[in-house]
Amino acid sequence: MPNALSHLKSLESESIEIFREVAASFERPVMMYSIGKDSSVLLHLARKAFYPSRIPFPLLHIDTTWKFREMIAFRDRMAREHGFELIVHTNPDGLAAKVTPFTHGSARYTDIMKTQALRQALDAGRYDAAIGGARRDEEKSRAKERIFSHRNAQHAWDPKNQRPELWRIFNTRLAPGESMRVFPLSNWTELDIWTYIYAENIEIVPLYFARPRPVVERQGTLIMIDDDRYPLEQGEVPAIETVRFRTLGCYPLTGAIRSQAADLPSIIMEMQASRTSEREGRLIDTDQAGSMEKKKQEGYF
Amino acid sequence: MSTTAAAFTAADTDLDLWLDQQTGKGLLRFMTCGSVDDGKSTLIGRLLYDSQLILDDQLASLRKESRNRTVGEEGIDFSLLVDGLTAEREQGITIDVAYRFFSTDKRKFIVADTPGHEQYTRNMATGASNADLALVLVDARKGLLTQTRRHSFILSLIGVKHVVLVVNKIDLVDYNEQVFSEIAEAYKAFAEPLGFATLEAIPVSALKGDNILRPSGQTPWYRGPQLVPYLESIDVAEDRAGRPFRFPVQWVNRPNLDFRGFSGTIAAGSVSVGDELLVAASRKPARVSRIVTMDGDLDSAITGQAVTLVLDREIDVSRGDVLVRPGQTPEYSNQFQARLIWMQDEPAFPGRGYLLKLGSQLVPASITELKFRTNVNTLEKSPAKSLELNEVGTVTIATDKPIAYDSFAEGGQTGAFILIDRLSNATVGAGVIEFGLRRAQNLSYQSFDVNRQVRADLLGQEPQIVWFTGLSGSGKSSIANLIERRLTAEGRHAYILDGDNVRHGLNKDLGFTEADRVENIRRVAEVARLMADAGLVVIVSFISPFRNERRLAREIAAGVRFTEVYVDTPLEICEARDPKGLYARARRGEIKNFTGIDSPFEPPLDPDVVLHGGRFPADLLADELYERLFGQDGSYSI
Ligand SMILES: Nc1nc2c(ncn2[C@@H]2O[C@H](COP(=O)(O)OP(=O)(O)O)[C@@H](O)[C@H]2O)c(=O)[nH]1
Repeated sequence: MPNALSHLKSLESESIEIFREVAASFERPVMMYSIGKDSSVLLHLARKAFYPSRIPFPLLHIDTTWKFREMIAFRDRMAREHGFELIVHTNPDGLAAKVTPFTHGSARYTDIMKTQALRQALDAGRYDAAIGGARRDEEKSRAKERIFSHRNAQHAWDPKNQRPELWRIFNTRLAPGESMRVFPLSNWTELDIWTYIYAENIEIVPLYFARPRPVVERQGTLIMIDDDRYPLEQGEVPAIETVRFRTLGCYPLTGAIRSQAADLPSIIMEMQASRTSEREGRLIDTDQAGSMEKKKQEGYF
Repeated sequence: MSTTAAAFTAADTDLDLWLDQQTGKGLLRFMTCGSVDDGKSTLIGRLLYDSQLILDDQLASLRKESRNRTVGEEGIDFSLLVDGLTAEREQGITIDVAYRFFSTDKRKFIVADTPGHEQYTRNMATGASNADLALVLVDARKGLLTQTRRHSFILSLIGVKHVVLVVNKIDLVDYNEQVFSEIAEAYKAFAEPLGFATLEAIPVSALKGDNILRPSGQTPWYRGPQLVPYLESIDVAEDRAGRPFRFPVQWVNRPNLDFRGFSGTIAAGSVSVGDELLVAASRKPARVSRIVTMDGDLDSAITGQAVTLVLDREIDVSRGDVLVRPGQTPEYSNQFQARLIWMQDEPAFPGRGYLLKLGSQLVPASITELKFRTNVNTLEKSPAKSLELNEVGTVTIATDKPIAYDSFAEGGQTGAFILIDRLSNATVGAGVIEFGLRRAQNLSYQSFDVNRQVRADLLGQEPQIVWFTGLSGSGKSSIANLIERRLTAEGRHAYILDGDNVRHGLNKDLGFTEADRVENIRRVAEVARLMADAGLVVIVSFISPFRNERRLAREIAAGVRFTEVYVDTPLEICEARDPKGLYARARRGEIKNFTGIDSPFEPPLDPDVVLHGGRFPADLLADELYERLFGQDGSYSI
């Protein structure tokens, strides 16, 4: 019997331990489900943590109404197959005001349809713990994020008021109205995510694999035209290109990359060879109003 | 077969091999410690760069930013890669632990990076608690600094077992062998008592890359390992795998009436189907019938694995219980001595109540005594009344109910805990257990519904123990009698334990040898505690000449309010009074081991109350003591 676990197995165990700690310590936990690859890993780990029980808390999807159609289909199928409780929330005010990335700009759109929507959903559910899929390797400001990250009653993150985390002993105590954001994937890197998906044969949305898709180019970014709501220029016809996505979000804000990688091993190889950081594909981060740190303080993941 | 097809297959196999390697490689968590400008950021940046983790877009902007800065031949100031903490410092927000990741073909690494100043000792402790190994950086030109010593002490306190002394900037001392070996020797001598399992010193230049990946041509005299290969190969799993099995139950897994399993992560040792286990608290035995995971049942599982155990019979197990092996049981008691590092602005005082979390056990607890403070820079011990932010002290802790634990030195994780403020819920301290204060492993405590509090409420008083110490004839009994009389007159329930009523009955089998004296005090203290549990105010009037005995009495009292009263009457006065003629007999040699004559009296160093018996009459002293014990005067609080 070997005396040590492989790095993926020890990351897996650590995440499972975090999931169980949440289930045992909080009254109303919820798991953020964004349908991306990290969420797929999160879902897989949650199932492992509680097996043979079902996941003992609901999964929450904030639907901006601009997600790729394949994502929504995938989400609904996962809920059916794995029998988890799925809660879908869309900001009704944003819907009424017809907020779109085109009319309101990506920063305001994201604030209303994602950040505010999330707060509404968390308030409505009176959740005391919200599990998210953020990783510390994603961005410099996340490198110091806690695994159990304390939020005040306004969902705000107070950098001065974070608790030291020693020896995997997590302080889960809350005052009334406060909540915790919990990040079981804190110590995973993007490569870990992909190799784990490969090793565990985890299902992900097919948009991650290269296929011929209709795209247009905006500010040097390839946008896939997922439905007829996208404002094309006069006479513009989307080109069919073989592309894939490194991250998934709202289709008008998510850049595709040209690629031939149609299966997992090729994606991993391509990722190892191409050397640009993951968030480059997300238009939202280059929008000047939206530094990650600021978003976090406002309650965005 | 065509050549193209063959080439394709070969590439395919390579890919599989590569993926196998990726999924199979090990993990090392380490931390870096060093003072400002020792080159910590440069070293981490170098590791990220050399493991090719710097992406093209980052590299381009780095080259730009590196102009006008100290750069290696790559044209990059590596420290720019990890400047997250610097930015925080400028913004004045909490300087923290930052985690970074890199990997080589053999291992994945998680690096905890913390600032080095004394005011960030708690951050360092946090980083160290999740590290298997630490890089201690020194600047070859400066050698060992105060910081180096402080960092090393914290590492040993928090349980980091493997240390690499990185002697950096070796290029700036002309790759001089003597400089290196002097620093290495001095450090090894200093670190000897800290008990690291391994200690390796490596001369490097983080900036130029010497001895990072490959042997440097500049240090032909150096025959030891290079940094990265060393980190790739060191075995740190050994430490935990060989220990007795510990399985803290985190969550009871009960999907339906047919399945009841206990989910948790194995904290130490390993387990196989068929093994006999015990619940640490109740001592109820059962065998492992299944080890369940979503990937299928396992035959056995090792340290660090998150599994669900199914037992062969229905026994009471819930979150907080620890499953162990018979014959390898942990301590199970409500009192222990620990080393504590304090993590919040408001200081720690003995007597304060907190919540204690150890594994999945969460219990109310209090610091019963602060034995001494250890200066983190000099390692000197000194008496202390409180522990300030970032200070380290040795304390005794009492928990409201017994918990299962190990000494940290032997058990690691199962000997570590945090203290949580009951009001703010902040994590205020982190501790490691040195040893249990009462070996109560073989008892299982029963928690009755009628407890001390209930009985005390019934009597309408706060039970407590008032422990008198002082020479024979100092006036202890007179003062004790006055207090008891006054309490009784007021309708309170008090009882005096003194030499006469105990020595003639309960302890009549004991003489005056050292061992008998200790046993004498132990029994009296236990009786006092039981009486306090019954709700009484217990007044103990014994010479109790030795500090150790009195400390023992205080420890036995555990959660009960305990006041040590020193009746400080000079020997000449006691001897002149000599109410029972004992001093005269001792002087004549008729009594041996008489305190004050031929046996020492150790005056308390830090008594709760001092009464000067030679100067004031007993009734005045009794009034004064009464005020201190029961008066409105808020100055007295435990
Ligand atoms: N010559 C030389 N300079 C170094 C070396 N390591 C770091 N430095 C320089 O020392 C200074 C402080 O380094 P930095 O990494 O910022 O130190 P930190 O405060 O410990 O993070 C910078 O100017 C570095 O370029 C080294 O091995 N050799």
